[in-house]
This record gives sequence, structure tokens and C-alpha cells, in this order.
Amino acid sequence: MNESHNSDRKVSKEESWGYDRSTLDYIQRAAAHGLYEIRGLGAKRKVPHFDDLVFLGASMTRYPLEGYREKCATKTILGTRFASRPVELEIPITVAGMSFGALSANVKEALGRAATEVGTSTTTGDGGMTSEERDSSKVLVYQCLPSRYGFNPDDLRRADAIEVVIGQGAKPGGGGMLLGQKVNPRVAQMRTLPAGVDQRSASRHPDWTGPDDLAIKIHELREITDWEKPIYVKVGATRTFHDVKLAVHAGADVIVVDGMQGGTAATQTCFIEHVGIPTLAALRQAVDALEDMNMKGTVQLIISGGIRTGADVAKALAMGADAVSIGQGVLMALGCNSESWIGSGGQHISAAQDYLKIGTESGYCHHCHTGQCPVGITTQDEFLEQRLRPEIGAKRLTNYLKTVNMELTTIARACGKNNVHHLEREDLVALTIEAAAMANIPLAGTEWIPGNGMK
Amino acid sequence: MENIKFDLKATSVREINKFLHHEIADGTAPKITIENPDGAHNIAAGLNVNCEVEIRGHVGYYAAGMNQHASVLVNGNAGTGVAENMMSGRVHVRGSASNSAGASAHGGLLIIDGDAGLRCGISLKGGDIVVGGSVGSFSAFMAQAGRIVICGNAGAALGDSLYEAVVYVKGHIKSLGADARVEDMTVDDHQALESLLNQAGTSYSTHRPSDFKRIASARSLYHWNADANQEY
Repeated sequence: MNESHNSDRKVSKEESWGYDRSTLDYIQRAAAHGLYEIRGLGAKRKVPHFDDLVFLGASMTRYPLEGYREKCATKTILGTRFASRPVELEIPITVAGMSFGALSANVKEALGRAATEVGTSTTTGDGGMTSEERDSSKVLVYQCLPSRYGFNPDDLRRADAIEVVIGQGAKPGGGGMLLGQKVNPRVAQMRTLPAGVDQRSASRHPDWTGPDDLAIKIHELREITDWEKPIYVKVGATRTFHDVKLAVHAGADVIVVDGMQGGTAATQTCFIEHVGIPTLAALRQAVDALEDMNMKGTVQLIISGGIRTGADVAKALAMGADAVSIGQGVLMALGCNSESWIGSGGQHISAAQDYLKIGTESGYCHHCHTGQCPVGITTQDEFLEQRLRPEIGAKRLTNYLKTVNMELTTIARACGKNNVHHLEREDLVALTIEAAAMANIPLAGTEWIPGNGMK
Repeated sequence: MENIKFDLKATSVREINKFLHHEIADGTAPKITIENPDGAHNIAAGLNVNCEVEIRGHVGYYAAGMNQHASVLVNGNAGTGVAENMMSGRVHVRGSASNSAGASAHGGLLIIDGDAGLRCGISLKGGDIVVGGSVGSFSAFMAQAGRIVICGNAGAALGDSLYEAVVYVKGHIKSLGADARVEDMTVDDHQALESLLNQAGTSYSTHRPSDFKRIASARSLYHWNADANQEY
């Protein structure tokens, strides 16, 4: 009697909101290991984003351009303030800084080839410049980071622009991290480190501390390169309004603002999810700062952090960015989180077993930090890195960048613009109150901007 | 040998640097004198040719920054980041240097006859630094390769998070940083020190290698957490 009575009883599954399964997993993992989780990619939580905005296409009050016939310019010029040789790009979509070390040399070559094909720039990353990326990239931005790994005047002179990195959206205030399994002999040699060490690089620059020092540092970089090259300053999005003003004051030609959805090769999860502000909010603050200083158009603005589609790019430009940078989307175009990798004969070969080995599946993988990337992208492993062949990666990335650019011009034409840089805030409305407040754009169907006039 | 004179009262830093970058032919090894520097920043930054530059007075930030091949003498004090990221050549400061002297230098020799401020030799990547006086706190922070010789005292947290760089100190060390430790001097250390003191000039010949301590990394931070694999 008792037994049948028990089996009839329903199992209670009342899940807690505060202690849901992922929180339970987190606490139990912490208890088992005594160590925080490190992972790659960017914030996974939902935050107000470009998806929360829509365009007001042309209708009675605006005149559209013919989608397939009329020209829509995408040319983008960066670094017009002080540099004698500004960067000229065919499209306003650039490849974000990602290091050799985080990525394989094959991947760096693929990025350069694709960027050159579509007429845009690539960026070095924390670990120095490889010959593969210099040779394959028509326009290469050379980063000056706190670690100064591999930083040298010869590469500075052969760069097309210089980017002083203060911070990154995934971890504003944090330094770099490259776990020992990715520090192979070539990576170690370029960074002057013993092979196999867990490399944790500094979060502060070694030779300057505040914006007044940075002004002199930028001046030094200009002197060394004879005032030819644009100097970018990259900040992770936090107090963006003031940071952008200080970067302008310090003499930047171009400011790169990276929102919290921006990616990383390896950072503490608590850092990725809980430090920094959404790209949408940061972009508006950055534009406000430039307008406040009457510097819009003199100092160019690049926004990054979760830019995926042509619609995202169009919205970013309409809000006031001059260009965007894409990191994670670029890796995904190469095959990140894909079920398979592409063999030498063009056949797709399943990577399922290799995802399982590192405890994940395609579609969920953020295991860049392990160096065991099943599709051969974020790895220094001799065997795995063969899975991403530069020519195939370059083709896929070219396709992706072209698609994003076509979507961008499609939207611009529909809004009646013959130049993507003519998109304006006025073309946008918001779908949520949060996005309206952050982007300073009216809620759709109203003229209401929450907190209008307040900064 | 050719002699070229500049006066910063009459010529700008830009004009002088442009000359130093482009107007010196290989193999001519000229001697260049710069008068009245008056604390200007970025003097002689980005040199890339064998030449001798003498700056007669005090310099501001990043003097001889990223130096390659050249020999630069500062007859005065130097501001922040003197010879930062030097690749090769020699930079000699007759007076004292401010913060971050020789930061991230990959090669070459930096000599400071006086004292150096905070973070001397921070992120050093293979360059050598000889300081006649004392250095401030956080010197040799995260230094990866190269050698730092300190003939005076060292401030707090010397050699914090050191990698493979080695620090030699003659005087008192206020405190060592995380993962730095004093090690026994070997025969190789004696030879290295003697050679560095010789290269620094005759005024350094009074120092004896046997009076120095060797500070190097205990390498306990090389791997992120020794307990990382514990499983309960």
C-alpha cells in the first residue's frame, strides 16, 4: 500500500528565481574547486541592445533610395585630427583587436586577408605583431597595451595606426590573461615569457598613470612615427562620458569604446557579467561627450561590443558612431561554435567529440581560455590549429563582412540616405523604456524619452 | 666625426627629432649636441641609427624613448619614462631619473648616476639598467628579462611578480614584492655584475660584486593557483 502511495505522489519542482539551476551550479562548482570560473567570449546576460531600436523607413515625409540601383557610399576615414596619413576604409566595419596567442597564426592571416579583400582594417592585440597579419593586412592597427608584449619601434613604424588600449568592454579595469596551455614557444618568445606560464598581464600602463601623462605618451608615439599615423584610444565602457572627454583632451584622433558585451579570450565570469555598461548606453554617452566638446567629426568614434548584423551597424552609425569593430562575430564567421570544421577537400568534419572533451557543445562553447578550440580558432595546438585553413577562413569572413555591409546599405537606402554616415538619431525609435532612456531616443509611437535632458 | 648643434630655444623638439630620424646617414655616427632642453618632453625619442646625442640640461618625459642603436647622454635630470621600451644602444643620465625609468626596455643599457623614482625597470624585457643611487618602490615590477643593478637602496615591493629578470642590490631593501626572493650570488652573477659595472663607466669601478645581493623570482606565481585542481 505504502509503495503505491509513494509512486503516486507528484515530484515538486518549484524552481527558485534567486537560486535557479545555474546559481546552484555556480555555488557547487565554487565549493568543489575554490576558484572562480574563467571563460572566453562576452556577457551572456540580456541587456538593452541595438535590438531594442528600430528604424523609421522613408514614407511620406522621407524619400527612399532605390535599393538595388542607387549608390550608397560606405567609405570611412579615421584619424583626420592630427595624423598626416589618416586611415581610409571602404566600409565602416573593422576587425577588433585580438591577439596572436589568443588566436592562431592561421586565424590572424585569415583576418588580414578578408579585411584586405573588403577594404577594412585589422588590429593586432596583446602579444605583438605577427608577420602573417602584417603581410596579409592592407590596413593594420597596432595596439599599445599595458603589458607592452612584443611592442617595438620597428612594428610601430610599419603599422597604419596605433591604438593605445586603456581597457576592454569585457573587463574594464582588468589586465590580460593567457593560460599556460596557449603560451607555446612562439607565443612565449614574442612576449618574452617562459613557455607554459599562466600569463596575467598588467592592468595599468608601465610609463603613464593619468590623462595628463597620456597626453605626453601620445605625443611621444607621434614623435616616434613623425606624426603620420592616427592614434586611437580604446576604453572599456564604464564612465564613458568623462573617459571620452579625457581621451579627446589627451590628443586622440580616434576613440574606440567597447561595451560590456565585448568579448575576451579569458576573463573571470564575474568580471564579464558584472563590470561595465551596455554598448547602447556607452555609445550615447560617447557621442554626447564629443558633441559637448564640439569634436564630432574631428575625433572619430568606433563602437564595439556585441555588434553582429548590418542592422546593428546601421543603428550604431545612426546614433553617431563613425565605424564599428567586430570581434566575436568575426570568430563565429570563421566557425566558432560551429558543429564542424572544414577539411582540405571542403568537406565538413564533425567536431562534436572535441566539444565534449572540453565539457561543452557547439552553440554553448565559450572555452577559448582552454586553448582546445574544437574548430581550430582560439588555439595554439599544432594539431587543432590545422582545422582553420587561412584561405577558407578568409572566404567565410569576407562573405560575412560583405553581408553585414549590404544589410547596412539596404537600411540606409530605405531611410533615404546615399551615404551610410548620413543615418541619424532621428531615424530611430526605441521598443523598450530602458533602451529609450539609455539611447536617448523616443519610445516608438511617442515623443517620450525617459529622463530627457538629464545626463 | 661630424658635430651638429641644436638649441631648443630656437628649434622645436619636432624639428630636432625629424632631423635625428631622417637626416643621419648610416655609418656617419655624428655627434649631436642639444642645448637648453628646459625639461621638454620626448627629446630624441625613436632614434634608429648609430649616433651620439648629448643633451645639456634637464629633460622631461620619455627622453630617448624606444631608442635603437644611438648613445644618448643627459647632462641633467630626466622625467618619467626615460629610455622607455629601449631596444638597443645606451642612455646615460648624469643626474636622477623620475618614475618608470627604462620601463619595458627590450635591450640596451640605461645608466642613471643619481637616484631613480618609482617603478624603475617595470615590465623590463631584456634591457639592462644600472642605477648609481637608490630606486623607489615597485621597481622591477613584473620584470620579464634583463638585469637591474642598484648601487644604493631599494624602496618597497622590489621585484613584485618578477619573471626571469634579475635584480642586484648593494644597499638596503625596504621590502620585497610578491614572489621575489633573495638568492645566493653565483659565479655567473659576479661576472655579469662586473661586466655591467664596467660598461656603466669608471665611476662604478669602486663597487664590488661581492657586496651585492641577488633578487630573483621564486616562480610560485607562474602557475595561477597550485590548488586549482583540487576537487572536493
